[in-house]
Order: sequence, then C-alpha cells, then structure tokens
Amino acid sequence: MLRDITIGQFFSGNSLIHRLDPRFKIVITFIYILMLFTGNSILCLAIGAVYTAAAVLLSHIPAKMFVKSVKPLMPFLLLTAVINIFFLDGGDVYFKWHFIKITSEGVSVSVFMIIRIILLIAGSSLLTYTTSPITLTDAIERLLSPLKKIKVPVHELAMMMSIALRFIPTLIEETDKIISAQKARGAEIDSGNFMSRAKNMIAILVPLFVSSFRRADELATAMECRCYRGGEGRTRLRQLKSESRDYIALAVTLIFYAFVIAVNFLFVS
Amino acid sequence: MAVLETQELTYVYSQGSPFEKTAVDSVSLKIDEGAIIGVMGHTGSGKSTLIQQFNGLLRPTSGKILLDGVDIWADRKKIRDVRFRVGLVFQYPEYQIFEETVYKDIAFGPKNMGLDSAEIKRRVLETSHDIGIQEELLERSPFELSGGQKRRVAIAGVMAMNPEILILDEPTAGLDPAGRDKIIGFIKEYHRKKGNTVLIVSHSMEDIAGFADKILVMNKSKLFCYDDTEKVFSRAEEISRIGLDIPQVTKIFIELKKNGIDFGKDVYTLDYAEKLLVKKFGERSRKNC
Repeated sequence: MLRDITIGQFFSGNSLIHRLDPRFKIVITFIYILMLFTGNSILCLAIGAVYTAAAVLLSHIPAKMFVKSVKPLMPFLLLTAVINIFFLDGGDVYFKWHFIKITSEGVSVSVFMIIRIILLIAGSSLLTYTTSPITLTDAIERLLSPLKKIKVPVHELAMMMSIALRFIPTLIEETDKIISAQKARGAEIDSGNFMSRAKNMIAILVPLFVSSFRRADELATAMECRCYRGGEGRTRLRQLKSESRDYIALAVTLIFYAFVIAVNFLFVS
Repeated sequence: MAVLETQELTYVYSQGSPFEKTAVDSVSLKIDEGAIIGVMGHTGSGKSTLIQQFNGLLRPTSGKILLDGVDIWADRKKIRDVRFRVGLVFQYPEYQIFEETVYKDIAFGPKNMGLDSAEIKRRVLETSHDIGIQEELLERSPFELSGGQKRRVAIAGVMAMNPEILILDEPTAGLDPAGRDKIIGFIKEYHRKKGNTVLIVSHSMEDIAGFADKILVMNKSKLFCYDDTEKVFSRAEEISRIGLDIPQVTKIFIELKKNGIDFGKDVYTLDYAEKLLVKKFGERSRKNC
C-alpha cells in the first residue's frame, strides 16, 4: 500500500539525463515550468509535450512510472476540470440547463489545464526519478550558496533537507511495519467504521513518533561522534562538475522556451 | 493433525514494477497441532514474508493457506478472525507499544476481539503472570520499562489473544544472553501450559536447537528443508553452507568426525554431547574434567 508512493523516488541508471549535472537539471526544470506557464495555446503545450517525451525517452525510465506519478492527483485534476467546464463562460454554447452551461471556452480551458499539469508533474518527476536525493540537495546547496553572504544557513538547511529525504523511505517502512503489527492484534485500519479507524490511528502514530524521536536522537549522537559541526570548512566527496553536455541541455531547453514565446507572439498578432 | 497447511504458496512484491521480487516461491508444508517449530533462514530468505501470510497480513500472490482445513482467504471479511487465531509477534515488538499503561497495551488485542472486561482482565493478569511481568508494573507507563520488560509486554499483548498458533519473529533479537534465556524459558512454559502450536523464527540454530520439534529452513525464497530437528541437524554442513549458523557443539562434533572420532550421531545440544562423551570415555572422564 504505502510502498506504491512514487513521489521523490529515485531510479538509479546511467542515461544521459542521469549523468547531467544536478545543478543544471534543477535550473532546466525551472525553465521547463516557466515554459509550461508562459505557453498560452495548445501549440505551446504540444511543444512542451515533445520536449517532455524526448526527455523521458532519453532517461530510459519506463513510461509507466510517469503514469503512476500522475495517478494520485487525477481526482483533483478531474474535479477542477469539471468545475471549469460547467462554470466558465464564453465562446459557443454546447449545452445549457438552468444555470449550468457548457461552452467551448470552458472545455478548452479545462483540457488545457489538465495537459499543463500532467506535463508539469511528469517533468518534475523526471528530476527526482533521475537524481538521487543526496545529489539533489548537494545541488540545491550549491545553487543557494550566494545566500550565505546574507547569513542564510544554507548548509544547515540543505543538511536538514537531505536527512528528511533520507528518512522518508525508512519512515514509510516503519509505518508499514507498525500497521502490520497493530493489524496482527486485530486493529482495524483499512476496514471498520470511521470511529474505530480514527482510534486506531493513535496506535500507529504514537509508536511512529516514539521511534522518530529515538532515530533523531541516535542520528544526532552518531553525527557528533564523527565530529560534525556544520558546514564551515567542509569539503565534499563528490565535486559537482559541469561539462559540455550540461550546457547543450540548457541551450536546448532555452531554444524550446524561445519557441514557446515566439508561438505566443505569433498567436496574439 | 495439521493445523496449518500451505499449498504452493507464492508471494511476489511489487508485481509489474522494476522492483518486482519473488519473496516466497511455491512453498507447500503442513504444521502439526501442538508442535514447536523453528523457522530459520538468512535475512531476505523470505521467512518474514512467509509468516506474514500465515495470519493473513499479506495475501499470497498464488497458492493457498489452510487453517484447520479452511482456506483463510475464502471469506475476505473473516480475515480479522484469522489474525486472532494465528497470533504474530513481530521483530522488535516493543516498538509497537503505544498505550498509556502496560495493562491497556496488553488488553489491546483482547479488546479488539470484543471480549467483555472481566474476561479481558482475566487474560491480562494471566498472560502477564505467565511472562513474568509483576502486577505492580501493570499500571505503569510501558515507556518507563527496561528493554527486556517492554519486549515481554509486547509478547504478552499477542499471547493474551490466546491464539491457536503463536508465531514469534526473532523474539530474542538484540537481547543479552540472560534476557534471551528468560524469554525462551517463558515461551517454553507457555507452550507446555497451553499446548498450542508455536513457531519461532531465528537465524541461529543455537537458540532453537534445544526445544524445537521440527525445523523449517528457507533459502532464497524456497523451502530448503522442513523436517524433524534431528534430521535437519544431520544436514548441518549443508545448512552452514547456505550461510546459517549451526550450534558450536555441532561444529566441534563435525570436526571430530573429520578427524576420525565418530560418535555415529549428530549432536546439537550440550547435554546430549555430555551424555555421548561420558558413554564413550566412561564416568572417569567426567571426574577428570
């Protein structure tokens, strides 16, 4: 059940996308998001879709995993789409009943929005699918390092983030185990009525909190034993290096972005 | 009579994803009523997955589990009753304790069974006595107890459901030798008193050699062997080859055999070794020791 969560999951591999410098990947993902939100016509989204498809193909990650990442958000997407369809006004009227109206504007806006968000999720999943959490936080730390000048504790924030990310799978596993253990004692977790389920949440949350605190304590001790004392003067095992392929990837993305902007202008005029 | 039977039991994790893994591969076995069975296997051999199917926590990908001859998945709604009949104590069970008092935590299982409060009280008092938790501890917070006591409280929580089959996943993991002997002693005593079926998972033979009637060995998702304790130990060398620990005394006797001193029997407990040695070298050798 909990094992099926794919957000933040990483699939190790050696594809072109995997090997890109994580700093560039983050910047490229930002440009990609900008691109999706600047585009205001279906043609722009088509350009975005081509870009996404190419990146997915290059990453060698099965397309099924991207479907899985979008799935949990589908109900929300459909709900907003339905609301948009019924209540947006404008264009030709296809159907009318009392205050409910389906118009061409409503349909196109909701289709547009669904595609945009699916692309958005697929693109950002690609970032986490191909970049290990540790490299990702490394890259974030490097990208944010100029903020150190204004006394932002960048290293500490990045360390907190990597610890948090590192412990997501552990906590999921732990939760799974506690759920099983309480189920073995007859707790109703995925059956039974609402009240007994709510009560049984306590049986899961209390041990989970207790063990999280225990883990945090142990980790802090272990870090202190190895003389960890923050980021000052700390060197790294893996130095991030940018190579020509990173610049090429960035250039390609910028070209796509330029395309989208051009298409926008063409359509306006 | 077989109280629990599995037929071609197979379990596959994350079927259809890149992480697909067969954890249990067509295991068929019968467990006799009232027996103590040792379940052995390396980490990742599939023993935990196997036992979690016995009480219906995991639903087999294919194959059947029969409890008293009835398929436990025949009626999905009754799976909770199966969990009361097949009690499972997880590894490090103290981490699942959550109630404010020891009493309430032990009572959690019986309460879920829908018993009345008098019966719950009777069971909590009985099991806590059986597993050596003094009555004055019952009103304390379980989080104040020592590690060994917490472990016993957690085991009591499952025992109090009075299951026909009690499964314990490495009940002695992480305990010191004294705590280990204590827990094993309580489990033995419990079995003697109730006469129910007990399965103990362990990866050291030393722990279970002395009292298991039968031993089940899992290796690489498959049933490696399942037989009477003596017969399994006669294959000690094979078992140590798949990476499992065999008792030290067995190792000594295997070496002795290699060096030409054959006792003609396999030895896996100290008491038995002493008897054999005395028989071979006479009473005098004991005095000389």
